[in-house]
Amino acid sequence: MNKILEVKNLKKNYGDFVAVSSIDFEIMEGEIFGLLGPNGAGKTTTINMLIGLAKISEGKIFYKGADLTNKIKQAQEMIGVVADESNLYDEMSGFENLCFCGSLYGLLKHSREKKARVLLELFQLRDAADKKFKAYSKGMKRKLTIAAALVHDPEILFMDEPTTGIDVASVRQIRNLIKNLNKNGATIFLTTHYIEEAERLCDRVAFIDRGKIVQIDTVERLIRETRESDIIEVACESIPLDRNILQKRLNEKFPDVECVLKDERTVKITSPVKIDIAPIVSYLSSEDIFIYEAKLIRPSLEDAFVKITGIEIDIMKREKEKK
Amino acid sequence: MTSPVAFSGILAKDMKNYYLKPPNISWGIIFPLAWMLMMLIKSGAGFDISEVFPGIVAISVLFGTTSMLAVTITFERRSRSFERLLLAPIRTELLILAKITGAILFGIFNGVIPVLISVLYFRAYVADWLSLAGGVFLLSLISALLGLFISVSAKEVFEAQTYSNFFRFPMIFLCGLFIPISGLPVYIRPLSYILPVTYAVDFLRYSISGTNAFPVTLDVILLVAFSFTLFYFSMYNIKKKWIL
Repeated sequence: MNKILEVKNLKKNYGDFVAVSSIDFEIMEGEIFGLLGPNGAGKTTTINMLIGLAKISEGKIFYKGADLTNKIKQAQEMIGVVADESNLYDEMSGFENLCFCGSLYGLLKHSREKKARVLLELFQLRDAADKKFKAYSKGMKRKLTIAAALVHDPEILFMDEPTTGIDVASVRQIRNLIKNLNKNGATIFLTTHYIEEAERLCDRVAFIDRGKIVQIDTVERLIRETRESDIIEVACESIPLDRNILQKRLNEKFPDVECVLKDERTVKITSPVKIDIAPIVSYLSSEDIFIYEAKLIRPSLEDAFVKITGIEIDIMKREKEKK
Repeated sequence: MTSPVAFSGILAKDMKNYYLKPPNISWGIIFPLAWMLMMLIKSGAGFDISEVFPGIVAISVLFGTTSMLAVTITFERRSRSFERLLLAPIRTELLILAKITGAILFGIFNGVIPVLISVLYFRAYVADWLSLAGGVFLLSLISALLGLFISVSAKEVFEAQTYSNFFRFPMIFLCGLFIPISGLPVYIRPLSYILPVTYAVDFLRYSISGTNAFPVTLDVILLVAFSFTLFYFSMYNIKKKWIL
């Protein structure tokens, strides 16, 4: 895969305040890259520098290997941007909005109308094509905003919080759309405060905090590195043994495990080494424990984020909602 | 190819979204009519169209154009749709020129209405039609650029309206439209001389009645100079304030 975007030592200062401090990263063609961080971490400032809505204090930006730091207008030909607000024109219809956006990229009347029709179809907005944008629901507005960013077939799509503030059904639709766009070859740069969204969609993720990238890796590797132990949670009808006895008996067969009774019906078994569910279940059954369910608890990207940044997700979500 | 298509796209969008809206068209018709009626009632039997003609053209253009551009740009910036224009792969100067062109066309429309009423209904005399066209264009240009200048400072739509009036009303009284500059107190006159509208009104007077306070060439040179200064000063501020 080729690098489509490379950022070197990128900095942004507002007077004495350092909004983004010497960040480096690269995005490969065809990947979904996520930038995660709390409010004020520097996500939007970073995007704004990359798309030409903010000046760069220091550093370099390379698009497809070319240094376009001071030629951002050239880069704008190959980028599409979905802002964190649906910022199309209220008085224009969906079709007119898409055609207008096409004209901004030099598409002639015939081409932009053709493209607008294709996008309206793709985003399931054909029936609302002639409706004014202001009459659209929030979810439809979001979809049309994404469609507008694709009208000139950009090589990289920047999406700032694409699913914030819309209903659950629309969120699902948009996530599927993002996945499909990526399947069809689109490179996507995504910022989100929904960590589960990043986990589900992104190939690689960068955690940003106070203007610095604190970790950058594939989602899989970030999660794997967080995993310090295997945890198996077993739900039973009842637990006839005392915790200490259970611990002792378990250790006879599985010397490294530790067990905790979460409640009267749930046992949590932790092992510092990889452990299989089947022998544990089989052993507990042999102790006359009737088991409803047993599952391996896997760490999530959220766990990785909390571990690496020390920021609690709930705090981050509350901050975003306040905003 | 991108630039001309984008330019015409922005212009067409502005014309459709803002300038060709019925309330704005009716403003362009009612505003000069109301002024003429006011002058007619005030002057009674002594009403002389050639006296009020240049003034009504100037007021119509100035009032219609400055606030429209200031308000539309501020409105688009508030709704963040202006970001779409800044993200387009065209020079910022070109997109601003496209915005200004819409306002200039609207200004010309605002100027043409009183001209038509004066000439067709009141049988007003026009000394030089070409100069009148040039005068209306230059006044529209200056008014649009004043609107642009205001929009750079305004954050809210109501601020754009307030700032527009803050500039327009003193200009109307200082530019020699109602009171000749020679009739103003000496210490106020320098203010009149630094207002671009003063020279636009003088140019309009010349084209309509053939009388003028300054040489026509000076009017044109100063209006062009004011236009460049306002445009580049606004561009400097736009790049400084809008692309942080």
